[in-house]
Amino acid sequence: MSGFDLAVVLGAWYDFRDLNNLSRLITEWIADWGPDWLSSIVTGLLGSLGILAVIGPTLLVLIWVERKVIARFQQRYGPNRVGPKGLLQPVADAIKLILKEQLAPRAADKLIFFLPPVLIFVPGLLIWGVLPFGPRMSVADLNVGVLFLLAVSGTGVLVLFMAGWSSNNKYALFGAMRAVAMSISYEVPMVLALLTLVVFSGTMSVNGIVEWQQQEDVIFILLFPLSAIAFFFAASAELNRTPADISEAESEIVAGYHTEYSGMRFGLFYAVELGNTLVISAFIATFFLGGWWLWGLDQWVPSWIILLAKTGAVYFLLIWTRGTLPRLRIDQLMSFCWKALVPATLIFVAVAAVERTLLVTQGWDTTIALPIMAVINIALTLGAVMLFARLARSERLRRPARTTLVRDRVGGLAAAREVASQAGGGD
Amino acid sequence: MTSADDTRSALSGTIETLAGDGSEPVVVNLGPQHPSTHGVFRLKVTLDGEIVQDAEMRIGYLHRSMEKLAEERTYTQNIPFTDRIDYLAAMSNNLAYCLAAEELLGVEVPPRGQAIRVLFAELQRVASHAMANGTFINDCGAWHTPLFYMFRDRERVLDMFEMTCGARLTTNYMRIGGVAFDLPDELLPTLRSFLDDMPDRIASYEDLLMENEILHARARGIGVISPEMAINSSLSGPILRATGVPWDLRKANPYCGYENYEFDIPVGEQGDCFDRFLVRMAEVKQSLRILNQLIDNIPDGPWLADVPLHARPPEGEAYARVESPRGELGFYLVSDGSPAPYRFHCRPPSLINLSALKEMSIGGTLADAIVTLGSIDIVVGEIDR
Repeated sequence: MSGFDLAVVLGAWYDFRDLNNLSRLITEWIADWGPDWLSSIVTGLLGSLGILAVIGPTLLVLIWVERKVIARFQQRYGPNRVGPKGLLQPVADAIKLILKEQLAPRAADKLIFFLPPVLIFVPGLLIWGVLPFGPRMSVADLNVGVLFLLAVSGTGVLVLFMAGWSSNNKYALFGAMRAVAMSISYEVPMVLALLTLVVFSGTMSVNGIVEWQQQEDVIFILLFPLSAIAFFFAASAELNRTPADISEAESEIVAGYHTEYSGMRFGLFYAVELGNTLVISAFIATFFLGGWWLWGLDQWVPSWIILLAKTGAVYFLLIWTRGTLPRLRIDQLMSFCWKALVPATLIFVAVAAVERTLLVTQGWDTTIALPIMAVINIALTLGAVMLFARLARSERLRRPARTTLVRDRVGGLAAAREVASQAGGGD
Repeated sequence: MTSADDTRSALSGTIETLAGDGSEPVVVNLGPQHPSTHGVFRLKVTLDGEIVQDAEMRIGYLHRSMEKLAEERTYTQNIPFTDRIDYLAAMSNNLAYCLAAEELLGVEVPPRGQAIRVLFAELQRVASHAMANGTFINDCGAWHTPLFYMFRDRERVLDMFEMTCGARLTTNYMRIGGVAFDLPDELLPTLRSFLDDMPDRIASYEDLLMENEILHARARGIGVISPEMAINSSLSGPILRATGVPWDLRKANPYCGYENYEFDIPVGEQGDCFDRFLVRMAEVKQSLRILNQLIDNIPDGPWLADVPLHARPPEGEAYARVESPRGELGFYLVSDGSPAPYRFHCRPPSLINLSALKEMSIGGTLADAIVTLGSIDIVVGEIDR
C-alpha cells in the first residue's frame, strides 16, 4: 500500500466509536515508508495534541457550565451577556486576565514565584495520559496506570507549596501549609480506595479495570460503594472544592496559595484546577461507573461519549456539593480523614482481598457470587455510614438544636440577673 | 542574648507558641480589605499555627464624623444620617432617632403612625436577619448559596420599602411625629403574600441548615460567651439572647405600642455561634407573627403629628432606645433650644457587641474567629459612624 488510500480511510475511520482506528491507520501508513520509532512518536504526539485540543475548549465551556449551574443553585441567572447565553463569557474573562498586569510582590522569590503557574500544568496534563476514552483509546495504556495516576496527582502539591512559599504572604503560606497537610493526608484514603479495585480486579491498568467491569457485567460502585464514596470525598479534598476547600478558603485566607497571583497567572491556576476537576470526575467515572462501557450501549454510541456523559454526571455532583455545603475546618477534615476514611477504606481492602480469594480458590460462578458480594458490601457500607452518623450525632444530640421561647417572663433586668446567677456568676 | 533577640522578645511579649521551641507566633492582618470583615474593619490576630492567641480590633476606617455633622443640622435634617449609620437597618435607626427627638419635643405620635412604624421596624428586622444569617453561613464557607437565598427574601422586603418611600436601603422614612408617607394601596397585598410565603421558606432553610452536620461542626461550641460575661460586656441583641438572657427592649421597655402585640423572646442555651444563628432564625418567625397581628389592625387616621419643620425643642436632653436587629440601639440628644441638637450621640450595638470578639475568639482557630465575627453581625458603618 502506498500513499494515503481514501478507501481505507473511509473503510476504517468512518467508525467514530473508536478513534483508535485513525491512530492505527496513521501507524500503518507511516510503517510503509518510515521507521518504527517515527510511527510511535507521531501517534503519541497526535494523541497528546488531541487531548490538548480537547481540554482547552472543554475548559472554556466548563467555566461557563460551572458558573451557570452554581448560579441556578443560587437563584441567579449567571453569565448571560457576552455571546449567546453568555457562552463567550469565559473568553472575555480570559482576555481580561491576559491584559491585566502581572504583579509580583517585591519580597517574593522571583524565580520560584514565576514557576508554579507553569509547572502546575505538568501533573494536570500528564494525568490525562492514562485515561481510557475507549477500549483501546488512551495515550499510554500503562500496565501500572493506577500507580501513575496516584504518583502524578501527588506531585501537584509541591507546586502549590512553591507558590505559597515564594509569595512571601501570610495568607499564601497558610494556604500552602493547609494544602500540603491535606493533600498528603487524603492521598491515603485515595490510594486505599483504589487498592480495593486493584485487589479485586487483579490489574493495575486503568483500562484493565474498565475491561474487568465490562467482562463481569458490573460496575464497581455497586461492588464497593464505600470506596467510591471515600474516593469521591478524598478527590474533592485534593481538588480544593467545598466542603474541603480550606487551602483557598475565601472567607479566612482570601485565596490561599494563589493570593498574590494576578492576571493570567491566576488564570492558569484556575484553569488547571478546573481541568483537574474534570479529569478526576472522568477517573471516578472510569473506576467506579464503568468508564466507556455501559452494558452494551458502547456498541452503538462512541465510547468516549459514554465516558463524557458519566464524567458530566460526576462533575455535576461535585458542583452540587460545592453549591450546597459549608466548609469544614482543617482539624475536622484531618480527623475525618484519619479517623473515618482511612479505617473504613482499610477494612474494605481486607474485604476485597477475602472476596477475591474466595472467588479464585472456590471457583464460584461470578454471575451468582458477584451480586451476593455486592449486597454484602452495600450492607457493610450502609452499616459503616450509619455508625459514623451515629457517632457524629451522639455528640450533637446532647445539645439542643432549637431555641427556647420565653413566654411567661417578660424579660428585663430581673430576668437577666436571674439567668446570670443561675449560670454560676454574680453580676 | 543579642540585642536583636531582645527586641524580638520585647515585641512578641510573653506570647510563645505551643511548640515550645522558641518559635514565634505569626501576626496576621485580617482586613481592612478582606472578604469576611463585612466592611472596612481590621482584625489583627496573633496566630500560633492555626490557634488564635491574641486578637486586636482596629476600627475607624469608615468614620464619617456623623455625630459632629449632626450638630450643624436641624432635627429633621439629621434623619438621613441615621440611615447611613446602620445601612442594613435604616428603619430601626430612623425610629430610634425619631423617638429621641419626640421625647425632646414632647410630641405624641398618632396611632396609625405608631402601627406603621412597628410594621417597618419588623420588616427591617426580617431583612437584616436574612442578611446576617446569610453572611454568617457564608463565613462558614458555604459558597454564597445561603446568602443568595436569604437575599431573595430581603429583596421582597426592600421592594416594599421602595413602594412606600421610594428608597430601598437608606429609607429616610420616619419623621419626628410619625412617618413621612401613608402606606400605598399595593403595600398590604404585597405584605400579605410575603407573610404567606415566608413560613415555607423558613421551613426549607431549617431543613437545609438546622440539621446540617457541617454547620454544626463549624458553629457549635464556637465563640462561646457566658451570660454574666455578656451582661458585663453590655452586649445586647441576638448575641445576648443566645446566652439565655431574655433581654429584649420590645418587652423590657416597650415603645411604639409593642406591648399590644403578642410575641415571644427566643433565647439560646449555649451562647455559641450556632445559638446566635438559631435566635435570629426564631426572631424572624416572631417578627412575622407581629406582622400577622398588625396587618389587619392598622388604625385609620393621620400618620404624622403636626411638628414644625424647624422645631426648636426646649433645653434638655433625651435618650431613646429601640431593639434594633443588632441589639440595643440608642440615641442621646441634648438640646440648647436651637433648631440643631447641641449633642448627638449614638449608642451602636455593633461596636459594643464587637468588643467581645477578643474574648470569644482567643483559643480557637483562625477559622473559628472568622465564624465568630460573622455571627456577631457587625455593620461597620454603625461602628465608626
